[in-house]
Amino acid sequence: MSAKSVAARVRAGESSAVAELENSLAAIESRNAELNVFLHVDDEGAYRAARRVDADVAAGRDPGPLAGVPVALKDNLCTRGVPTTCSSRILEGWRPPYSATVVDRLLAAGAVPVGKTNLDEFAMGSSTETSAFGTTRNPLDPSRVPGGSSGGSAAAVAADMTPIALGSDTGGSIRQPAALCGIVGVKPTYGLVSRYGLIAFASSLDQIGPFARTVADAALVLEVIGGHDALDSTSLPEPAPRLLEHLDDGVAGRRVGLVRELLEGADAEIVAAVNAAAERLAAGGATITEISIPELHLGLSAYYLIAPAEASSNLARYDGVRYGLRVDAEDVTSMNEVTRSAGFGDEVKRRIMLGTYALSAGYYDAYYGQALKVRTRMIEAFRRAYADCDLLLGATTPSVAFEIGAKAQDPMAMYLSDVFTIPTNLAGEAAISVPFGHGESGLPIGVQLLGPGRSEAGLFAAAAVLEAS
Amino acid sequence: MTNPLTRDEVAHVARLARLRLSEDELERFTAQLGQVLEHAADMNELDLEGVEPTAHPFGLINVVRADLVRDSLDRDEVLAMAPDAEDGRFAVPRIMGDAP
Repeated sequence: MSAKSVAARVRAGESSAVAELENSLAAIESRNAELNVFLHVDDEGAYRAARRVDADVAAGRDPGPLAGVPVALKDNLCTRGVPTTCSSRILEGWRPPYSATVVDRLLAAGAVPVGKTNLDEFAMGSSTETSAFGTTRNPLDPSRVPGGSSGGSAAAVAADMTPIALGSDTGGSIRQPAALCGIVGVKPTYGLVSRYGLIAFASSLDQIGPFARTVADAALVLEVIGGHDALDSTSLPEPAPRLLEHLDDGVAGRRVGLVRELLEGADAEIVAAVNAAAERLAAGGATITEISIPELHLGLSAYYLIAPAEASSNLARYDGVRYGLRVDAEDVTSMNEVTRSAGFGDEVKRRIMLGTYALSAGYYDAYYGQALKVRTRMIEAFRRAYADCDLLLGATTPSVAFEIGAKAQDPMAMYLSDVFTIPTNLAGEAAISVPFGHGESGLPIGVQLLGPGRSEAGLFAAAAVLEAS
Repeated sequence: MTNPLTRDEVAHVARLARLRLSEDELERFTAQLGQVLEHAADMNELDLEGVEPTAHPFGLINVVRADLVRDSLDRDEVLAMAPDAEDGRFAVPRIMGDAP
């Protein structure tokens, strides 16, 4: 059932938050051992939140637009007193002394956080396979990955464990798993959603966003979590955009650019789905123009220097002093080293070293400096495209969900699965992945709609047109 | 294409990053990181002379918050999560000199 109908029924007294929570817990119980979606289920906190919602309804108070809706949280979102690991040994057992702004906003809207979902360690990965706590399996085909890094949150929604979930998207970590799991995933404009309490990976790229089964539910969640937050200095100064009232706006008269580079290298069945989506938008009255943005080719290179550079700085804080793992040693530097070596997995070590290298004396200009200039080029290229187009269309991923283990030993092959999603993060813009058709294997295909910063209302309206077909 | 990275460079970077790598890790990471840098070589062919670097999208500048007193984190709750604490502070192994 959609979040919208759960909330409507709870608000009307036709269902209760506790009953909805019990449905959710039963669904988790039936498949979590098989799929490894939740790292921690917070029954106690969830029942507390659900009872508060039911008490509000009983007292005639409106619990809010997400009344009684169970929600899954990616385990890099801090929840006070609830274990938060980033799927890393280095944070195993840590219970944050504060909650992320998005968690507080969900609670204030009546939602019921049920637990924390698996991710690639520190959100570094595209398959959930780098988690220190085992791979999450795709609910639609458990031999395949759910995508990543927010694979657990995508799987929670795809397996009907919760109607909605939150993830974070640094280079595609919401849109890619949404596509591979057949659900809706949104990477909002940078700064639209507060990052306070999101454990930092690459601060200039990270953005929290929703997963949902429907475009309307994703819009509902984004309205709740979006808007200025004084606790995040990169938060945009305005309130959350109005999205629900624009869902039925359609695409008549909208100029859509079908981007060649966002199809290059994709499997034929993916290209066919994107072309079918273009036809659907055209039937809705949009004009479709095929365009080329050659700068997008450079996204992957720039991203895999910028994101590791920021990560190497952000992850310096895991030193065994203030929280998480400590492995004892004779002096403090040795303690830092043995702690970090034992606490981080391979992918995290690779990215920390790549970033440290890109920032080190002698290489800074050639790698990090050059990547920042490419980023400028990317932003300019998008701006030129948006002079002629209202939004852009392309694939979310080059293929449907791949087999577990297929790319785990080949970092470069794994990185290439983010090639269509990375440019949006570099530009700080908005994009949404919507399920549109299936491949030969029966697995879902996601198509991606991209827009300039603050264009969410238009993106959701276009996504709703695709969803309706 | 030859690997732009040497094993010694990887060992040096690991020291800067406070990581101790096994021989096996050094071997693997040298090859894998080299691949990523090779891929990044496409950027070096661009003429980016005079292009301003972008460190942050929509650079908001001089962001300040209202100077209001608000609750900070609870000290005991924070220290309870530390690997070691003493007298209301984080405790660490010795930093310099010989142990007493």
